[in-house]
Amino acid sequence: MSNFRIAGKGRVNRSRQLRFTFDGVDYNGFEGDTLASALLANGVHLVGRSFKYHRPRGILTAGSEEPNALVGSNRGNGRFEPNTRATVLEVFEGLKTESQNRWPSLTRDIGAVNDALYMLFSAGFYYKTFMWPKSFWDKVYEPVIRNAAGLGKAPTAPDPDTYASRFAHCDVLVVGGGAAGLAAALEAGRSGASVILCDEQSELGGSLLSEPSAEINGQLAWDWLEDTNAALAAMPNVTVLPRTTAIGYYHQNFVGLCQRLTDHLRIVPDGAPRERMWKVRAKQVVLAQGAIEKPLVFAGNDRPGVMLAGAARTYLNRYGVKVGNRVVAVTSHDSAWHAAFDLAKAGVEVAAIVDVRGTVPTQLVAAADALRIRTLIGWTVTGTKGRLRVSSVRVNPVGAGGKVGGAETIACDALLMSGGWTPSIHLFSHTQGSLTWNEDGQMFLPGRGKEECRLAGAGKGRFSLKAAFEDGAAAGAAAAADAGSGAGFGAEPASYHVEGELSFTGVTGRELPTDLDPGHAKAFVDFQNDVMAKDIRLAVREGFKSIEHIKRYTTNGMATDQGKTSNINGLAVASDALKRPIPAVGLTTFRPPYTPTSFGTFAGYNKGALFEVTRKTPIDGWAEENGAVFEPVSLWRRAWYFPQVGEDMHAAVARECKAVRSSLGIFDASTLGKIEIVGPDAAEFMNRMYTNAWTKLAPGRCRYGLLLGEDGFIRDDGVIGRLAQDRFHVTTTTGGAARVLGMMEDYIQTEWPDLKVWLTSTTEQWSVIALQGPNARKLIEPFVEGIDLSEGAFPHMAVATGKICGVPTRLFRVSFTGELGFEINVPARYGRAVWEKLFEAGQRFGITPYGTETMHVLRAEKGYIIVGQDTDGTLTPDDAGLSWAVGKTKPDFVGKRSLSRPDMLAANRKQLVGLLTSDPKTVLEEGAQIVLDPNQPVPMDMVGHVTSSYWSAELGRSIAFAVIQGGRSLQGKTVHVPMPDKVHSATIAGMVFVDPENKRLSA
Amino acid sequence: MLLIRCPYCEAERPEVEFAYAGEAHIARPADPSVLSDDEWRDFLFIRTNPRGRHFERWRHMHGCGRFFNAVRDTVTDKFSMTYKAGAPRPSDEEIALASSAADSAASVKDARP
Repeated sequence: MSNFRIAGKGRVNRSRQLRFTFDGVDYNGFEGDTLASALLANGVHLVGRSFKYHRPRGILTAGSEEPNALVGSNRGNGRFEPNTRATVLEVFEGLKTESQNRWPSLTRDIGAVNDALYMLFSAGFYYKTFMWPKSFWDKVYEPVIRNAAGLGKAPTAPDPDTYASRFAHCDVLVVGGGAAGLAAALEAGRSGASVILCDEQSELGGSLLSEPSAEINGQLAWDWLEDTNAALAAMPNVTVLPRTTAIGYYHQNFVGLCQRLTDHLRIVPDGAPRERMWKVRAKQVVLAQGAIEKPLVFAGNDRPGVMLAGAARTYLNRYGVKVGNRVVAVTSHDSAWHAAFDLAKAGVEVAAIVDVRGTVPTQLVAAADALRIRTLIGWTVTGTKGRLRVSSVRVNPVGAGGKVGGAETIACDALLMSGGWTPSIHLFSHTQGSLTWNEDGQMFLPGRGKEECRLAGAGKGRFSLKAAFEDGAAAGAAAAADAGSGAGFGAEPASYHVEGELSFTGVTGRELPTDLDPGHAKAFVDFQNDVMAKDIRLAVREGFKSIEHIKRYTTNGMATDQGKTSNINGLAVASDALKRPIPAVGLTTFRPPYTPTSFGTFAGYNKGALFEVTRKTPIDGWAEENGAVFEPVSLWRRAWYFPQVGEDMHAAVARECKAVRSSLGIFDASTLGKIEIVGPDAAEFMNRMYTNAWTKLAPGRCRYGLLLGEDGFIRDDGVIGRLAQDRFHVTTTTGGAARVLGMMEDYIQTEWPDLKVWLTSTTEQWSVIALQGPNARKLIEPFVEGIDLSEGAFPHMAVATGKICGVPTRLFRVSFTGELGFEINVPARYGRAVWEKLFEAGQRFGITPYGTETMHVLRAEKGYIIVGQDTDGTLTPDDAGLSWAVGKTKPDFVGKRSLSRPDMLAANRKQLVGLLTSDPKTVLEEGAQIVLDPNQPVPMDMVGHVTSSYWSAELGRSIAFAVIQGGRSLQGKTVHVPMPDKVHSATIAGMVFVDPENKRLSA
Repeated sequence: MLLIRCPYCEAERPEVEFAYAGEAHIARPADPSVLSDDEWRDFLFIRTNPRGRHFERWRHMHGCGRFFNAVRDTVTDKFSMTYKAGAPRPSDEEIALASSAADSAASVKDARP
């Protein structure tokens, strides 16, 4: 295997060789390599196929902005990640990687036929081509195109990793650990401020890592870096976070950092989180994100082997890797010259430097001459050749008036390009900070900010090292002072002396001039989404004027790299096509996250059992031990039914229902919401909140309470006991408890602050055991102290305090089943003991535990509604048949005024009614739509829907509730329920199916 | 995530502790029965929905539980001030004073407990 490693160059640890695989082939790398540098060291440029045209693609960059080199990375033990950027993936022993979006192999890819058919896939192709026949879109074109297009495949197995998160506060957060960021962190750290310095790379240094020959204050760059790392580590007030990307900048200096903890490790320590989300609230932020090099736009600029000049320089100086044996540089900026010089000095043949500028700094030309490099000033590049790797470049002189002369072909195995540099203003842009166009540098620079934030260095257009250091130092010192911690230091920010500065001038342009037909030039702007310059021009010709529209129509800048290398080039082409200056065209909006971020990082600890809390009652353990099947009800888990051996749900529920109606059932009702309402004005408050009248309700008695919203629609209901003149025990629906309490608090605090009344949530203070059935009284009588349970003294809807099984109780004589029943409230800690005692004693009555399903059936047989199931936020008390619960003589209550609005009195409102199917065996589906005429054409006129539907063992037939327009006036009429299998018919009936005289309540 | 000052706790707390509760200074009529249908409709449903300064209610749901009022800019999301429920709508001068005081306080106050 060819070796492109250069002795004596780079920072990788040559004493630690590592083996890894790419597409099943073994390669060697060194500790400190990225996958990209290690592959290049082995002469591998071809690493993937492009998104749309399946064009062979190589490594374009050396950083997180990489659009091309996306691979699947397998870190072992089920740890697979698609679309990992090879340029940031650190190599370790045993790493397995693979290329993506190719079949059957990377070198022979069937999908590459798209490249020949490129005319079909021009900008907005999905609106234009593949349109005929119409039916083919869903069934043929779209699935095929979707299958052929794309990136890596998402893993299907659960993610085995854990993820962490933490909050942090600091005086100064410095984002970026290059020259400017280090200087800022040093200055802020020395002032005594608490500082967090984060950098996305594995080590601090930024561009200094690629700049070994620069001298800073008399020290070589890497020596200075080592000392600086030590200085920062010695400051206890400075936290340094490498491998940590600032992904988003939010209001009030809240910045999200994603720290990668284990992806670079061969062996992941047990329980170590893979990534950690830092949620940092910083008093001051310094953004030192640096700058990203721009590609040049010319035909064939995407071939493997064509890469950014700065990246080639980084591979040489930081990783000790030459990107080719015979290279050509094409540029509009000085920086590619320096890359070519460094490569030439390392022994690489530089065939030519092609500069599209008419004039270049004379010292560059002189340096090139000294290295015997041919220079072509004022030339253009018009094409490249090479199927899987660039083999030659076609160059032409540009004469006076822009006339492109005859072509010359230069052989090469790598082509370096530079179109200048773009300051990284992404995070600043997240804060809605304004941008200003810098005409000299042809770049957007930060304008007025909205947060406590400064930018420094190349991220602000200060490209020289000296300027970056001093800008960073000034920003760090000022940030510390503004954070209120600079008092102890007070010195001027440090000044920096730098030797070996590189010249840094250049121009930015649209696609390079060509002698060929630009309409056929495959000159790429966005490499990841396969957008070419001609696509942008086409979009403009088709009438798109706004850069936001052009972006979406062409998909330029919409890939996972968010246009880090393509936005400004796309803008330059659009500006030229629109004949408007760049600032008038404007920039699209940057949004978080800065780089692709795993879902795991966002989820953090909130997965599995911690995704959402599960509330359990004190009796839940008993239900579990006794074979209950559970169902979730809001956040609670409730016993659904208690199957015995061989029973399905249907059989279990039928048995449980029968037991309650014939003898005795026991039910855990602890999840009922409970609110204690206390105070001299408690009754007045109840009168204003609930529809019912409360003044005359005697202590020791209960009433069904109905709660509306101010809009007149039913919000909640429940039985409410009056324990004393000034004390109510309110129950709410299980799911409505918090909402009802919040609503009551709102009225007390903001509308009626004069009322002397206090609310306390007591839901979890009480265990509630419902005993229902004709033998209920007989069971509890021996256990109750201090309450006369006789029918006369303690009738239906009575409440009293006393003792049961020796513990305090609030005993309610209530029924949600239609049977004689009690709801025994005991302090929560006694719930299970009392339950077990009653269950044991109830054996002589065949006591039967039942769950929520039986509760639903029994209540439906009696016509009792469930708010949220039989109502949906659009039912008034009258719609639900609950007019009797509305205190007509009360002057006001929440929602009363709305009940007389014209629409609330309309005759055709949907009303809740009972429904009996013509076939008694048919149990309708809840939610099924109801029509009056089943033979009408589709779409049918739907007059209502089924809200509740059950099999009633008691009646030996099905029963249902439904809301139907004008339903109560249609009693006895037949309606129809069209379902996929057949149309069912049913008769509208009353809602009470069992014991309409309520004889059993007092049995 | 916003930091919101609870006027009852007299402290800035993260947004996750709070719940939004709609526009402020819409008092429930003392006697709804005397309102016309249109007037009642306006009370129920019609809100200002401004671009810019908005008077709105928040509740320190997972803190003290109190409802309070806030002045927030709907474009920048910046809170000018918060004040207790029942206090009158602050004047322009009061809002300007409060937001400049908050700005200077924020730069010297130690956020660490």
